[in-house]
Amino acid sequence: MLSLRHLHKAYRDSGERPVLRDIGLELRPGDYVAIVGESGSGKSTLLNLIAGLELPDSGNILFEEQDLVLLDDNARTRLRRQRMGFVFQAFLLLPHLTVLDNAALSLKLNGVGHRESQQRAAALLDAMGLSAHVHRFPGTLSGGESQRVAIARALAHQPGLVLADEPTGNLDAGSASQVLRLLREQVKSRGSIGILVTHSSAAAASTDRVFRLADGILRPE
Amino acid sequence: MIRAVWQALVGGPLRAAPGRTLLAMLAIASGIALGYSVHLLNASADTEFRRAALQLSGEAEMLIRGPRQGFDEALYPQIARLDGIAIASPVLEFQASRSSGEPSLKIIGVDALRARELQPMLLAGQTLPAADLFDPDNIILSAVAARTYGVAAGDRLDFRAGTALVTLRVAAVLPDGSHRLPLGIMDIAAAQWRFGLTGVLHRIDIRFDRDAGPAALRKSIGALLPEGVQLLTPEAENLRSAALTRAYRTNLDMLALIALFTGAFLVYSTQTLAMLRRRNQVALLRALGAPQGTVLGVLLVEGALIGAVGAAIGITGGLVLAQQLLAAVGTDLGAGYFRNLQAALHIEPATMLFFMALGTLFALMGTLAPAIEIAGMPPARGLRAGDPDEQVNAFPLLAGITAIGAAALLLWIAPSTGLPIHGYAAIALLLAGATLAFPPVAIRLLKLARLRLPLPHALGLSRLLATPRLAAIGMSSILVSFSLVVSMLLMIHSFRTSLDTWLEQVLPADIYVRAAAGGDTAYLSAAEQQRIARIPDLARIEFLRSRSLLLLPGRPPVTLIARDPGIGGFAAALPLVGTPAPLPENGPPAVWISELVADVLALRPGDPVRLALGAQPQTHIVGGIWRDYARQNGAVVMDLAEYRRLTGDRQINDLAAWLAPGVSVNEASGRIRAATDDGSALEISTTAELRKLSLEIFDRSFAITWALQAAALGIGLLGVWLAFNAQALARRREFGMLRHLGMTRREISAMLAGEGALGAAIGAACGLFSGVIIGLILVRVINRQSFHWSMDLAIPWLPLAALFAGIVFCAAMAASAGAALATRQEMTRAVREDW
Repeated sequence: MLSLRHLHKAYRDSGERPVLRDIGLELRPGDYVAIVGESGSGKSTLLNLIAGLELPDSGNILFEEQDLVLLDDNARTRLRRQRMGFVFQAFLLLPHLTVLDNAALSLKLNGVGHRESQQRAAALLDAMGLSAHVHRFPGTLSGGESQRVAIARALAHQPGLVLADEPTGNLDAGSASQVLRLLREQVKSRGSIGILVTHSSAAAASTDRVFRLADGILRPE
Repeated sequence: MIRAVWQALVGGPLRAAPGRTLLAMLAIASGIALGYSVHLLNASADTEFRRAALQLSGEAEMLIRGPRQGFDEALYPQIARLDGIAIASPVLEFQASRSSGEPSLKIIGVDALRARELQPMLLAGQTLPAADLFDPDNIILSAVAARTYGVAAGDRLDFRAGTALVTLRVAAVLPDGSHRLPLGIMDIAAAQWRFGLTGVLHRIDIRFDRDAGPAALRKSIGALLPEGVQLLTPEAENLRSAALTRAYRTNLDMLALIALFTGAFLVYSTQTLAMLRRRNQVALLRALGAPQGTVLGVLLVEGALIGAVGAAIGITGGLVLAQQLLAAVGTDLGAGYFRNLQAALHIEPATMLFFMALGTLFALMGTLAPAIEIAGMPPARGLRAGDPDEQVNAFPLLAGITAIGAAALLLWIAPSTGLPIHGYAAIALLLAGATLAFPPVAIRLLKLARLRLPLPHALGLSRLLATPRLAAIGMSSILVSFSLVVSMLLMIHSFRTSLDTWLEQVLPADIYVRAAAGGDTAYLSAAEQQRIARIPDLARIEFLRSRSLLLLPGRPPVTLIARDPGIGGFAAALPLVGTPAPLPENGPPAVWISELVADVLALRPGDPVRLALGAQPQTHIVGGIWRDYARQNGAVVMDLAEYRRLTGDRQINDLAAWLAPGVSVNEASGRIRAATDDGSALEISTTAELRKLSLEIFDRSFAITWALQAAALGIGLLGVWLAFNAQALARRREFGMLRHLGMTRREISAMLAGEGALGAAIGAACGLFSGVIIGLILVRVINRQSFHWSMDLAIPWLPLAALFAGIVFCAAMAASAGAALATRQEMTRAVREDW
């Protein structure tokens, strides 16, 4: 369960103009939603608050019965490591690790043994249609393949919350649709909460519900 | 166009991160500062010596030079009467021993009237009353000498002739700056009489008639010279004086150049990283239409400017450093060669320009390879996201192996100049080769080892293995600096251990007695020796007479040591290297030569050698070759009885005494002093004191090398810091992503610290390997050729292990600090930058 209550955030460099105002949102396991909005509307700020990468000026972020606002940086980091998964626009795979090692990274960070993490990551990559690429390095993959590896990494440790920031922003239409389908399938099948931040209406359409962020206020579409 | 490229590639990055450029400049500056300061001190000392020698020889065209004990003055009238000689000026030149442990003083005894013609600057233009100049009680001092002894005109100074006291009055002190060395000037006849040197001359300065044929005159003079006396030009005399310290000065110069070399490696690694960081900008500019030549030119100009500015900073720093060193430790950097020389820095614009060019050249060399690579890279490849290219390139490995091969080849070539230039060139090649070849090989070996490390170190290891080129750049400065430090440690430790063993062998007695602390004029007479021999407190005594002997052409005289052979003979008493020759019963008497004499004259045990002793030169046989760390110009040991038979000289300078059971050093010393005419002049030391003093002198001589080692290490660590800092900043997105995935800052720091430690460990291990080889070159080639001293190899395991651990720890800290800096930035921003 993820619950955002009366979140408020302003940046000094924006002249104290609030980026987020009284944001409220309740999501349950299996929910898969999109947040859309113009550039600079605060989508990424909201995502960062949910991930515990930034703290709100006021309000609460409750995830699996823990208030992120009350946790220190180490505890938030631990929570992120164990219960959250990230998919980035630029994939952010480690170029010196193989596809398999990249996918197994989140498992290894959570203390899963080498062999088990490799087996679990291999199974996930197989499900993503990447079994032929497990021993290749990211530099040799296409954008769509790279993002599928990133999705595998985000889901391998079975997080309760998957956060995807413009996951199709660097992909062609064909790859984007494949990635969106896989992301949805995997989030749904695992019973995770999925939040997709995007500009793309096609990407937003792949989710169950869409929220629009404008003038700091989050409204359902 | 050029302006736009400059702005994009140099101006922008410089404004964004001026620290990086500044550090590259400082790397060159530190190398240049060290090199220039050491060179400046060496050159200043050399200039002062030449100036002093020229002042003494004055306007003489030739000079006749004898050994330290001089030659018969009967030669003088024969020379003066030769047709074609305009002026011949006899000179007495000796180190006068002083009482109470004061340093000895060089006294020049001249015929004032002739000297005025030939050496007008000797008295610095001073006109003294004739009575003052000819008074046998008077001495004229240079200002340095007056300051050294704390005396002024009218004061008295005590000297020793034998063990007798000679008191002289300071008639005048010459103006400050006229002579940089402590010097006393006396009337020649007075000096001969007061110091017991009647009938002896050390030098005759000559000026030829204008219409004289110099070649014929030289031949006529040569025919009159006895064995061991040479006819020299003033320039040759200068060279002979300079030969004494030439090896030491060359070694220091080379060490300073090596420090500069380390700085150059640092510039290379900094520039390579800077180039790789800018590959995207370069590719973009190329894609926008900037010609390859323009990009390359801009990058090279930037490198040259970094070098030039760094060199300018270095030269200024070197000047300040040289001034500080001159004030603190003197021109010989504490080694004790020029202890009494009052030198001023001689700054030559040409040398400044040379070091400026050197700094610029090294920076250009460091920039050239990465600049060519980055400018020649296809733009499409450069614009691709990801790490800089890690394509397997066999060129550095091949070039490295070639350089190492060339180094090995050079070591087989004998030195052509008497100085081990080939040895130093081999070291430079080996360093370059090791830097190019060792890290890739080590990384490949590490890959084969398939290490399994826990997270986060597994990530660090995988990155290190996947980016061998970047890793090698980071390692290169550690490799170079650690190599140098290891080699110096190895050489100094081997030398010190060998010296300690040597001292044990050459100092077997309980106490050692010298007629005076220094100088040529103190001795113990035959009567005094007899009285000492009768002292019942002494179980055994060995007498020793030392004097100089002209043996090696173009080199300073060697020391002839005539001494009692001891119980087991010289083969047992001397620290021999190699096997002694079997000595035939009725053959010529044996002499035992030091390694220097053996090297220069290419002598081996059993070979005949002629020594100018007594009335006629005598043939001796080389009994064996011994290791002598005390006399830098070589030494020959012979039986005292044989020496006395040949020369009739009954005096001795030193004696070694073994105490009878139950006798204390104080009791024995008191009895020995009482047995001489004036015991207060004697310098009596125990073995422990001499050993301590010798090791102190050794440590002082090598003090500067510690500073050079510290500088090399500092530059190396700076290189690691720069490399990891640059890498950490370039990896901000990776760190940002890892923070998103749940790694704490501490874990990221630990990961980078592990990477740094592993990289430094590999670099240091490679450095250890090449350092041991360079150390062997220093021990077996450089020292042997420079000083003709052999030594046993001794490896300082404990300091090496401590240094290894220290450098790995420092590298880990430097890398960790880089990570801390990189992760300080907002993670959310970091993951949005271009990958």
